[in-house]
Amino acid sequence: MRTETGNGLFERSEAMEHSLRKLYTSYGYRLYKMSKFEPYDLYLQHRSFVTGGHILTFTDTDGRLMALKPDVTLSVIKNYRGGQQKICYHENVYRDAGASHEFREIPQAGLECIGEIDLYTQAEVLTLAAESLRLISENAILDIASVEFIGGLLEATSASEGVRQELMRLLHEKNAHNLHQLCRRENVPEPLARVWQKLAQMYGPAQTMLQELSALCLNDRMRQAVGELGTLCALLKIAPGVSVNLDFSILQDLTYYNGLVFKGFVPGLHASILSGGRYGNLVRKLGKNAGAIGFAVYLDLLSQLPNAERGVDADVLLLYGADADPAKVLEKAAEMRASGLSVRAQRQEDAGHYGRVVRMGGD
Amino acid sequence: MVNIALPKGRLGEGVYALFEKAGYGCPAIHEKNRKLIFENAEAGVSYFWVKPSDVAIYVERGAADLGVAGKDILLEYAPDVYELLDLNMGRCRMCVAGPADFEDDTSRPLRVATKFPNIARGYYSSLSREIDIIHLNGSIELAPLLGLSDVIVDIVETGKTLLENHLAPLETIVPISARLIANQVSYRFKNTEIAAISAALEKLTAQEGNL
Repeated sequence: MRTETGNGLFERSEAMEHSLRKLYTSYGYRLYKMSKFEPYDLYLQHRSFVTGGHILTFTDTDGRLMALKPDVTLSVIKNYRGGQQKICYHENVYRDAGASHEFREIPQAGLECIGEIDLYTQAEVLTLAAESLRLISENAILDIASVEFIGGLLEATSASEGVRQELMRLLHEKNAHNLHQLCRRENVPEPLARVWQKLAQMYGPAQTMLQELSALCLNDRMRQAVGELGTLCALLKIAPGVSVNLDFSILQDLTYYNGLVFKGFVPGLHASILSGGRYGNLVRKLGKNAGAIGFAVYLDLLSQLPNAERGVDADVLLLYGADADPAKVLEKAAEMRASGLSVRAQRQEDAGHYGRVVRMGGD
Repeated sequence: MVNIALPKGRLGEGVYALFEKAGYGCPAIHEKNRKLIFENAEAGVSYFWVKPSDVAIYVERGAADLGVAGKDILLEYAPDVYELLDLNMGRCRMCVAGPADFEDDTSRPLRVATKFPNIARGYYSSLSREIDIIHLNGSIELAPLLGLSDVIVDIVETGKTLLENHLAPLETIVPISARLIANQVSYRFKNTEIAAISAALEKLTAQEGNL
């Protein structure tokens, strides 16, 4: 979908950042600008929260070890001073990315809401996530899941920490056959093993899948989680073009998240472009007593979207000869610009994209 | 249209036969020509052959929606893809192998030659054994014969090559077989098609497993 600023004045991610900010501020989220770096300690204590784990560091003039921020959320929590905080941001983060393991600058836009997280707030943030996806693509998928449901299932499974991690990894891979093998090896009772397998294979519209999910509940914690997801889904009025699906492979680190988590996908990209959830556990780990929910949109991925229209470099390429009078060239270009055209004047034609070419004769 | 990356070679041909049997054949694939991509619009599939170790990359980056890769490749490169099915084909084991009478000298790091450094490192770190990895790209069996390494970590199918070189499998790290993998975004946007292919293949592999 073309954004109103997508007229060649901005590159795609800049235009998107503008549209997203407009969307978030229309819900009263305040723009929040943060420092490019933070003391390294902040990330050291919560290393596993930071994707990739590698952090760019340098020594400040006073000898303190600083880090180029690999993540926005930790800085936002650190600055939280009580009450209800609703902020949106557009920041660059620095991480080692992908298979190349090289540090990259990744532009991110997103929002964070810290304070009391009630049902309304969750519905608002999910709606904003869906609206963000719709700005990016006419056809998108927003997957949701509940950390509490898995928490309840892990309680019922009562496995060791190593096995829990293995279960979560296989669930993330949708690897039902290896989940089955692992459960058998660890003597997990058959009905429980079936729940793990079913969960790995489960995928579809949230409203219909919730019925299947409630049939898998083994304890009150799981039942409560399904109930909460159900109430939330019934509340949502998602615009056409965005499907809300239930999927447990999107689950992130259980130490930081609690309750709802979600991820957004658009066709043409190989990975999720939006990721978020309730991270109250992280807030509490940082010593603040509040709930939190938020998400980030990875703007760097936009450049990978197919058929990104390349705009013209200028509406008119004005070519003038070696003997042309510079005053006349200036005058002619100014005249065309005055009529609203962008004009590039030079001596020779090049490989650029231009609306049309105008040659200035020797007249 | 579901794009499927198949591994070149014997395993890939067997895997294609399975897809064909499941109703996703593509007659053009048998023609002798230099075409790289084969399409069957009616069945809604298109195939291409790539180097076995590249299948996971094609799928992870979304150039292929589905692919078939050995568990060895998935363990070594840990691509972020969905592993939907164990096809029960190309069965073998990831093993530590060395001279049949090998005795580990625990007073020094163990020298391990392998094509799979991540698998080897993971295995020995789970045993808290310090190792010196020698990353080779082929003829791994040669390394202990020439004293380049103490042992090797490699795939063992029948053990014949090992035996001919007076080597023997010493420990099994993990059983290996071909897996059906899917790109995470394709899995969502082409869910119906992918689920149908996966179910058809599962039915066949289950039948064959029962034979």
